[in-house]
Amino acid sequence: MSGLKTNNAVIRWIEYRLPIFSFLDDAVGSGYPTPRNLNYWWNFGSLAGLALVILMLTGIMLAMQYTPHVIFAFDSVERIMRDVNSGWLLRYIHMNGGSFFFIVVYIHIFRGLYYGSYKAPRELLWILGVVILLLMMATAFMGYVLPWGQMSFWGATVITNLFSAIPLIGESIVTWLWGGFAVDNPTLNRFYALHYLLPFVIVGAVVLHIWALHRFGSSNPLGIEANGPQDKIPFHPYYTAKDAFGVGVFLVLFAAIVFFAPNLFGEPDNYIPANPLSTPAHIVPEWYFLPYYAILRAIPDKLLGVVAMFGSILILFVLPWIDRSPVRSAKFRPIYKQFFWIFLADCIVLGYIGAKPPEGIFLIVGRLATAYYFLHFFIIFVLSYVERPRPLPSSIGEAVLKGGGAAPPAAMAGEKA
Amino acid sequence: MAHSASPTHSGDGETRRDFLYLAAAGFGALGTAVAVWPLIDSMNPSAEVLALSSTEVDLAPIEVGQRITVVWRGKPIFIDRRSQEAIDAARAVSVEDLPDPQADEDRVQKAEWLVMIGICTHLGCIPKGQTAGDPRGEFGGWFCPCHGSHYDTAGRIRKGPAPKNLFIPPYEFTADTALFIG
Ligand code: HEM
Ligand code: FES
Repeated sequence: MSGLKTNNAVIRWIEYRLPIFSFLDDAVGSGYPTPRNLNYWWNFGSLAGLALVILMLTGIMLAMQYTPHVIFAFDSVERIMRDVNSGWLLRYIHMNGGSFFFIVVYIHIFRGLYYGSYKAPRELLWILGVVILLLMMATAFMGYVLPWGQMSFWGATVITNLFSAIPLIGESIVTWLWGGFAVDNPTLNRFYALHYLLPFVIVGAVVLHIWALHRFGSSNPLGIEANGPQDKIPFHPYYTAKDAFGVGVFLVLFAAIVFFAPNLFGEPDNYIPANPLSTPAHIVPEWYFLPYYAILRAIPDKLLGVVAMFGSILILFVLPWIDRSPVRSAKFRPIYKQFFWIFLADCIVLGYIGAKPPEGIFLIVGRLATAYYFLHFFIIFVLSYVERPRPLPSSIGEAVLKGGGAAPPAAMAGEKA
Repeated sequence: MAHSASPTHSGDGETRRDFLYLAAAGFGALGTAVAVWPLIDSMNPSAEVLALSSTEVDLAPIEVGQRITVVWRGKPIFIDRRSQEAIDAARAVSVEDLPDPQADEDRVQKAEWLVMIGICTHLGCIPKGQTAGDPRGEFGGWFCPCHGSHYDTAGRIRKGPAPKNLFIPPYEFTADTALFIG
C-alpha cells in the first residue's frame, strides 16, 4: 500500500534500487491492513514460523556435531548430550521444538476448521497448509530416525514398510527407499540428507502460503469480509505487538518443557541403541503421529489401513469443496459448531488409542473413532445444505463496536466482540 | 486437426508444425527421463550391499523343538527344528480356510526344518517366539506384538493384519546338517 516515508538516506538509497523496505512494510508492517477483530487463535501462524526458525537454527548447530552412520550415530548424539558445550540444550530445544511445532500447527489447523478459513477465496491457502503439514511429518519422521535408537530404527522400519502395501511395485519401492534389504546405513544416510533438505522446502511452501494469504488478507472470527478502512487496522504496530505477546507466552511454556521436562514427549526406548534383531514390545510413534497410527491399526487389512491413514490427511485437501455452507465462522453455525467439538474430541480419542496396544476395548474404540473421523466429513457435507445459519452482522466494525463498550477503536486490537 | 477448416491455405504447414512441437516436447521429455533415471537408481541397493547375499549355517547343535535366528542380507532368518506335534498341528488345518492358503508341505524341504524370513509381512517387525518365554500367539507359532499378527507352526498367518505367510528364503541343504541360504 504505502509509499515508504523515511529521512534515512541509506534506506532511501537501497529502497530505490531494491524496494525491500516497502515490500516488508506491505507484508508485515503498517502497509498491511488487517481485520480489527482477530482474536488470539490468530497468533498461531506466526508462532509456527517461529518454531520453524528455532528448529532450523538448532538443527544446523546439531548437524555440526552429528555423524550419520549406523556405528557412530547413537554415540554422536550421546556426545552432543555430554561433551559438546550446550549440546544438551541444543538437542532438547530441537527435540521439543518439533513437538511444539506440531502443537502450534494443530491449533492453527483447528482454528481454520472452526472459523471456516478454508473457504473461498482461501482454498489454495488452505491446500498449501496441508502440503506444509505433510512436509513437516516427513521431516519429523526422518529426524526421529537420526539418533538411531530402538524407536528410531523400528519406527523407520514400520513406516517405510507402509509402502509395501502398494500392489505389485510396493516391495521394489521399499527396497529403493532403504537402499538395501532392511533399514540400514544407506537408509540413515539418505534420511539425514533429506532431513536437512526438507525444512528449506517447507520455507518455500510457507512463502507461497503467505503470498496466498496476502492476496485477500486474514479472515476473522466473524468470517465476513472486511468492508472498508473502518474494519481494518494496520498490521504494525497492532498485530506485531499482539504476536510478540504470543511469542512471550509460547517461549515461557517452551522453556518450561525444555528445562524441566525435556523427555516428557520422548520414548525411553530411544535411549537404547538400535537393534535390528529385536523389536521392542510396544512400538509407538511420536505423539503427533498417534491419531494416524490409530487409524492405521483400526483396519484389519494392510492395504486398506494404509489407504485410510493417508486418506485421513488427504481428505483435508478437498475440505473446501465438502463444506458447501457459504457461512464461514462456526459462531453463526450452531449445529456445525457442535460437530466441530465432537470432531476435535474424536481426534483426541484417536491420539489416545494410538498409544495403546491394539487389543480388546482399545481396538473397538479405535475402530469407532476411525469410522467417525471419516463420517464427520460426510456430516458436514450434509449440514452445509440443511443447517440454518444465524444472521450475520453487516460489518466487522458494527459487530465490534456494538458489543465492545466504549474503547477507542484504534486501541482495541479486537478481542471478543 | 484444429485447422482442418482451412485446408487449402496452411493445412499442410500447420500440421507439420504441430508434429514438430510434439516431437520436440516428446524428445525433451524422454531425454529428461533418461537423465533423471541415474539419480533415482543411485538410491537402489549398491553393488556391495548386493554382494553380501548368502549365509551358511551349521544345524548340528540344534535340538528338536529349538528355534534359532541367523542373519541373511541384514534380515533375521528363523530356523525351527520342529517337534512332531508342531508338524502335525500345521498339517491338520484345512488349507482353503487360511488367509494366505499354502500347505505345510509347500513351505518346507524337510518336514523337521522350517526356515523362514523372520519379518512380519505386515509392517516389518520381528515376531516373538524365538526365545523361551516369548509369547507364541494363539496358534503356537509366532506372535507379532506390533499390531497383533498370529502365525502358526508353519509360519502361516492365521489372525491379525498381516496379509501373507512369513516368507521362505531361497535355501538348500548342502549336507545333512549344513544349510546354505541365498
Ligand atoms: C521442520 C523442521 C524440523 C523438524 C520438525 C525436525 C525434527 C527433528 C526430530 C523430531 C529429531 C529427533 C530428535 C531426537 O529424538 O533426538 C531431529 C533430529 C535432528 N535434526 Fe531436525 N528437525 C527440523 C529441522 C532440522 C534442520 C533444518 C536441521 C539442519 C540440518 C536438522 C538437523 C537435525 C539433526 C542433526 C538431528 C539429530 C540429532 C538429534 O537427534 O538430536 N533438523 N529433528
Ligand atoms: S508389523 Fe507385525 S503386526 Fe504389524
